[in-house]
Amino acid sequence: MELHVQDVITWMNKTNERLQSNKEYLTSLDQAVGDGDHGINMARGFNEVVQKIDGADYETVSDALKDVAMTLMSKVGGAAGPLYGTAFLKLSTSLKGKDSVDQESFKSGLEEALAGMKQRGKSDEGEKTLVDVWSPVIETFTNSFNPEDLVQTAQTAMEKTKDMKATKGRASYLGDRSIGHLDPGSVSSFYLFESLAETVKGGE
Amino acid sequence: MKKIVNDPESVVQDMLDGLISAHPDSLQLLPETTVVVRKDAPITNKVSIVSGGGSGHEPAHAGYIGDGMLDAAVCGEMFTSPTPDQVFESIKAVDGGAGVFLVIKNYTGDVMNFEMAAELAEAEGIQVEKVIVNDDVAVEDSSFTTGRRGIAGTIFVHKIAGAKAAAGGSIEEVKSVAEKVVANVRSMGMALTPCTVPAAGKPSFTLEENEMEIGTGIHGEPGIERKPIASASAIAEELTDKILEDIKFNSGDDVAVMINGMGATPEMELYILNKKVNQMLTDRGLTIHKTFVGDYMTSLEMAGCSITLLKLDDELKTLLDAESSAPAFRI
Repeated sequence: MELHVQDVITWMNKTNERLQSNKEYLTSLDQAVGDGDHGINMARGFNEVVQKIDGADYETVSDALKDVAMTLMSKVGGAAGPLYGTAFLKLSTSLKGKDSVDQESFKSGLEEALAGMKQRGKSDEGEKTLVDVWSPVIETFTNSFNPEDLVQTAQTAMEKTKDMKATKGRASYLGDRSIGHLDPGSVSSFYLFESLAETVKGGE
Repeated sequence: MKKIVNDPESVVQDMLDGLISAHPDSLQLLPETTVVVRKDAPITNKVSIVSGGGSGHEPAHAGYIGDGMLDAAVCGEMFTSPTPDQVFESIKAVDGGAGVFLVIKNYTGDVMNFEMAAELAEAEGIQVEKVIVNDDVAVEDSSFTTGRRGIAGTIFVHKIAGAKAAAGGSIEEVKSVAEKVVANVRSMGMALTPCTVPAAGKPSFTLEENEMEIGTGIHGEPGIERKPIASASAIAEELTDKILEDIKFNSGDDVAVMINGMGATPEMELYILNKKVNQMLTDRGLTIHKTFVGDYMTSLEMAGCSITLLKLDDELKTLLDAESSAPAFRI
């Protein structure tokens, strides 16, 4: 795979479309285990991202991702804002100065992003958070990368959160009662990676 | 959904415009933000107190801005933590050179956003300290959860930290007294009905006509037990007992009491609850120093209540009794 500035813009547009059409679904997932604002916040934030970067002129992928990060940080709010904002900021920093982004550099960028989110949220794998989607997804960016693998891995990881017991975030207050519900942040992360796969596929 | 709003997406901005219109002499809105700041900010050489969180808990937090209490309140979207840039703007606006103290309720989003703002402010050379309020005994405090939530007990932290700062306390002294309040304050809530976030359009949960939920959070988070509705005395007893199991009171101790309405509870019902709470505490030999009854930390139009007890020593008593000009907490 090879990512260019236009791919980042397409990726964000596709993510935004998915979030807008699943806004109520995400909110209902969050009402079951949290405070019911995830769909509203993500839809508002990514709409702002698209307004900001669509049609803008960027020298590098890193520059575009930085604008995505700053917009998410200031427009999403809740727990998702700082987590997604931190992720995109780390990804942007890691890809700085690179003319083209292949799967190898993208993978190390995602690793930085994941480390940043873990540090910001004081969380780890197995706690029923978006970390449980990002972590396995990163492993798909190998030399034999293909978009179908990415979607499949993200989807499986997202579905796995259903049987997990939350120990971080607001769902942790429910203890065992959090089991049986999908983690809303993992679902929005799935949309993000599904959109990335579609972007990469379209570009081939 | 039946609500007095113009556009569900603009409720926070519309509310803040109306708030400033109501208090033009004491409050101002920082341009292009949802940050409410006292009009005479910054106060030179006074530690400034900043709180905030999602909107929907009015009068928290902007109603607590005034002499002897908060210097700024950062208002997030409905039930959504404000963003780091907004918190940062508030810190810059109120810093009078003696540092800025952040009062944060223990929610994952609030803690992350306020900490990011604190890092930004420190990078600009502003001294920032913080306290995290976690008074809700309904949720378990263990390494397997995010820890207890911050609810109505937060108002006592605002009041006492604010009084310490107004009396000329240093940022270390403000932090230390705020931590003392957090160590000695406990709350527990319940709900009779859910609430509806305007942009969501639907209630966050449903309760049958004859049901109540014990331990509900201030964002409509599920509680710990759902059961048939009981008498006011039984409700007061259940909530108070849970608090007294968690914090040790000895006969002769002084206590401040807050009977808080969740937004749609008649004051009459809050006073009925207080009758029982007062009797329970008096029976234990406690001295009730002050009682606050009313809507202090609400959850939109939820019907229900929370009970907060704060164990007082001489320092806390003096600071609680000190003057405050905040519209929602005049002393």
